[in-house]
Amino acid sequence: MSGNTANVGIVIVSHSPLIARGIADMVRQMVGDCVPLAWSGGNVRGELGTDAGGILRAIEAAWSAAGVAVFVDLGGAETNSEMAIEMLGPPRSARVAICNAPLVEGAVIAAAEASGGASLAKVVATAEELSP
Amino acid sequence: MQAEPVLVAGLIEACRSAIAANTDHLCALDCAIGDGDHGINMQRGWEAVSAEAAALTGLPFPDAVERIGMTLVMNVGGAAGPLYGTLLIEIGRELRARDRTEDFPIVLKKAIDAVARRGRSHAGDKTLLDVLYPVQDALQKCSSLNDIAQQAEFSANLTAAMKAMRGRASYLGDRSIGHVDPGASSCALLTTAICRYLGENHPQ
Repeated sequence: MSGNTANVGIVIVSHSPLIARGIADMVRQMVGDCVPLAWSGGNVRGELGTDAGGILRAIEAAWSAAGVAVFVDLGGAETNSEMAIEMLGPPRSARVAICNAPLVEGAVIAAAEASGGASLAKVVATAEELSP
Repeated sequence: MQAEPVLVAGLIEACRSAIAANTDHLCALDCAIGDGDHGINMQRGWEAVSAEAAALTGLPFPDAVERIGMTLVMNVGGAAGPLYGTLLIEIGRELRARDRTEDFPIVLKKAIDAVARRGRSHAGDKTLLDVLYPVQDALQKCSSLNDIAQQAEFSANLTAAMKAMRGRASYLGDRSIGHVDPGASSCALLTTAICRYLGENHPQ
């Protein structure tokens, strides 16, 4: 994916490579190629866990001028995503948001919203409406 | 005073070997209240640091500390990677911004506060902060290296009575009580290893 698209990018982060990839597949099936999409799952060895470097590469792969929305599962995924966003550095780091939303439903609904050209704030807000 | 390359190499080896000797113990603690991989994650991180030791010893001390932190972030994973990484990256940055080594207690305080922000945790939440803050306090009071190490061990053991408020262990609620926190334990191990190394090779 390149930064040419006007649509917000989506990144899926899970402790499990299978979960991350599976959700990315679902999102792709929903919205096709019009949303930049990438996933990071597992630790540096591909085992269950999280990997800040891998998340950083996923954010760069899904980069869009409109920004990137990140979806995470458990605590370490969030902490490592925050670290990855920091490593991305300004000004791009200000255009990445971690969504407080369920991983599957959040990513799918965010991608649907993003595919219509919505802003990062709107994409995030739509996904976060799913949270209790 | 020793040359910095020797100091950096010695500290790296002290930390690496302390974790390697306790990998199974840390995993066992993590099995009780987490996902059981804290020892392996920490070992992977310190082996990666050790593999870079030759390059790290060629750097100015603050740069070496910051890069060790980044290597931990990239290799430890879990929540421990960014937490330990933040600690060392901030220590490196703060040290670089000053030239008085006696400011170290202030440097450490700022770095620990950054860890607290990163983990959105406070003292008493059953995390490595419950070792870091008492260690900083002991350092501030100019305690001996031996006393600082003892404070770290003592503080780690106190986490057994705490209820986890952050991380995987927090999902267990009251069932997390009665187990020492793995992050607090690895933090005490590293503190003890550093104090022992400095005591033996870099007397106060």
